[in-house]
Amino acid sequence: MSCQHEVLPNSWQHLGNARLRPTGHTSLYARHMPLDPSYVGRSYPPTPAYLVGREKIREFAKAIGATDAAYHDPDAARALGYADVIAPPTFPTVVSFASNNAVVDDPDLAIDYSRVVHGDQRFQYTRPIVAGDELVGRQTIQEIISRGGHDFITTRTDITDASGASVAIAWSKLVIRGEG
Amino acid sequence: MDLPTKKYPVTRADLVRYAGASGDFNPIHWNERFATKVGLPGVIAHGMLTMALVGRAVTEWAGAPDAVVDFSVRFSRPVPVPDDESGTEIEVSAQVKSTTDEGHTVLAITAVCGGEKVLSQARATVRTSRLGK
Repeated sequence: MSCQHEVLPNSWQHLGNARLRPTGHTSLYARHMPLDPSYVGRSYPPTPAYLVGREKIREFAKAIGATDAAYHDPDAARALGYADVIAPPTFPTVVSFASNNAVVDDPDLAIDYSRVVHGDQRFQYTRPIVAGDELVGRQTIQEIISRGGHDFITTRTDITDASGASVAIAWSKLVIRGEG
Repeated sequence: MDLPTKKYPVTRADLVRYAGASGDFNPIHWNERFATKVGLPGVIAHGMLTMALVGRAVTEWAGAPDAVVDFSVRFSRPVPVPDDESGTEIEVSAQVKSTTDEGHTVLAITAVCGGEKVLSQARATVRTSRLGK
């Protein structure tokens, strides 16, 4: 993933004034320590298998107003060569979002989630997700940059099916706002 | 080539529906009290909802629900969603930028809300021959 942004976008700067911290952890965050780049390469145990339901895909498609028949009607999806309804392009977030919690909750990183802003997102697809897929996410820390008092952490989620074949790769760049 | 602009309304109800569908229950997307406490102007849309709406535009332009092979965005500005019937609106437009060695089409995408760009460096690579037809 290309990673050229080094500064927090101006429009987010006001968030630096936010002072919400988890109760009882104030001292932990009293001074900004840049995120240790030696965590790059750290990987996490695979997530439990996520069984993709037909109704979940329909619910997701409906929530984003996506009306293509292949998202809703198994016959329409079969006509395109899929076993069941297929998911819209950003559906892998259902797996990668949960998988990302392993990083956000990693006690070694001590990320203050109240300071996290979603910076970038990328998906690369081998194939669409199909109802009936059993998906597993494997999370790796790919990049850590500290600049302008903010930390930027890019995680990569490899999403595979029950046969172990790649379905999609998701990259999320999280911005951890400095104390400003 | 410019592709036809698409407009998507976003209301508070849409945010609640998306939270449930995606599993992202961060209160900044549904709780005004919490959102303002952390320094936001109010409840804001999930960045991933904006990306999902762009994905919807891309598949519609491509003419195929399974056309996207690569899709990336940078969230450059929050999308505030007022607590009223009409909410806000995200306007998505794109230009055909290039063709890859595999014959895929690269789209450069713009997403605007309230006159401001809410994404930067938004790109989608699509596998299709029906683009714009």
